[in-house]
Amino acid sequence: MEDRVVIVGAGQGGFQAAASLRAEGYAGPITLIGEEPHLPYQRPPLSKEYLLGKQPIEKADLRPRAFFEAQSIDLLTGERVIEIDRADHIVRLASGGSIPYSNLVLATGARVRKLPADILSTQGVLYLRNRDDAIEIKQRLNTARSVTIIGGGFIGLEIAAAARALGLRVTVVEAQPRLMPRVVAPLISDFYRELHSAHGVELLFGSPPIPPADLVVAGIGVIPNDDLARAAGLDLALSICGGITVDQYLRTTDENIYAIGDCAEHANPYAADRIRLESVQNAVDQAKCAAANIAGRIEPYHAVPWFWTHQFDIMLQMAGLSAGAGQAVARGDPQSGKFSVYYFKQTKLIAVDSINRPADHILARKLLAANANLTPAQAADVNFDLKGTLA
Amino acid sequence: MALFGKKPQETAAVTYISNAGETRRIDVPIEDSVMEGAIKNGVEGIVAECGGACMCATCHVYVDPAWLAKLKPIEDDENAMLDSTASERKPNSRLGCQLRVTKELDGLIVRTPPTQQ
Repeated sequence: MEDRVVIVGAGQGGFQAAASLRAEGYAGPITLIGEEPHLPYQRPPLSKEYLLGKQPIEKADLRPRAFFEAQSIDLLTGERVIEIDRADHIVRLASGGSIPYSNLVLATGARVRKLPADILSTQGVLYLRNRDDAIEIKQRLNTARSVTIIGGGFIGLEIAAAARALGLRVTVVEAQPRLMPRVVAPLISDFYRELHSAHGVELLFGSPPIPPADLVVAGIGVIPNDDLARAAGLDLALSICGGITVDQYLRTTDENIYAIGDCAEHANPYAADRIRLESVQNAVDQAKCAAANIAGRIEPYHAVPWFWTHQFDIMLQMAGLSAGAGQAVARGDPQSGKFSVYYFKQTKLIAVDSINRPADHILARKLLAANANLTPAQAADVNFDLKGTLA
Repeated sequence: MALFGKKPQETAAVTYISNAGETRRIDVPIEDSVMEGAIKNGVEGIVAECGGACMCATCHVYVDPAWLAKLKPIEDDENAMLDSTASERKPNSRLGCQLRVTKELDGLIVRTPPTQQ
């Protein structure tokens, strides 16, 4: 059997898996398969710099084509895997061919959750996930005078910020009573409510009638792409978050098949329950971990989760996972526009969200990795040296 | 799209010297970053995991001391990130993603560290 690694999905995770296999010294053939016709690209700029007109779409490319040639990575774009044949160790392609593998990496990502058909049935609703989605939304933003955004999470608010900067009338509709309700404390939500209001974004909460606008964009979450794994008989998550079940080495229930990134449901040392994470950090670090394991350097996945969102002139950096926190304390004055929120579960620090306090964020990653002993009172005291708890 | 209209592109030469001593001289378009100049041209030793968001410190470079004074000052986010580089932070450490190439930087020399992660 040929010693080939096949990677299904050429997003951030799939690209990184290929690159990291080479960095680990794996010298066998690598095939990286992506459905989109483009070179692998980064998603974060799509809803930020690109929409704002600050950078052309090509700047989102992760690497030029020459990189894949130089690294002997067979990049198949515009190609779709339709079946995993586990018995014969091959994947079958929509175009008719098949490719053998010794190890397979599923980096299939996620697709947007769509609004129920009875909402806005007469209007075309746009979603932002892919490069082509971003190009269409950008074109529409260039001519529209108003936009309604459904969903007050990262994507919705980043689009709102870009649309306001472009001069559109912007309304955001969020079903929950506060912004980014799944991921940040009310203190942070309040800050963003003021931020967006101050920039002229109209915020509506609950289930109001959807205001008519030239353009409607929805950002209400994603669904993991686990159909290939399901059809192949691999275990899937039992929880509502869905995804492909992997062990601490990111192996699925087939020891020759790994799953990484948005589609992988894993036991994360920084979460109370098994979880899927939708982030650049998770895609990159899981790709590195899977690549190391395939290359024979066995290691469990244990990276500290981190995230960021950039809206208007405000950078929010998050470390750890705040879900389940019993207490949240601020360090710094929210009125100053520079503060961090430290989240505790019982007496344990589990996450830190930082607004324009990058040093807090970097230190937070270290504190979490070191399982540092820190009390809420110490975290809230700006005169207390947090670094000291690392020693 | 006038915004991205193609004009003959102005560039500045940036020389990247690897930890092993390999030298690459790249004509980097003005306004691109030192990190982008490396990534687009396959310069090894610069990783750029976060794509230039100042979130990862994997585009760490040591700037030739002769050029340090010509660079824009280090801002808070870069300073914080430089505290978590994989290779030792030195007085001439910068993040490549935060260094926009300008005409004044034509001839810039940077060295890549032993490791980025």
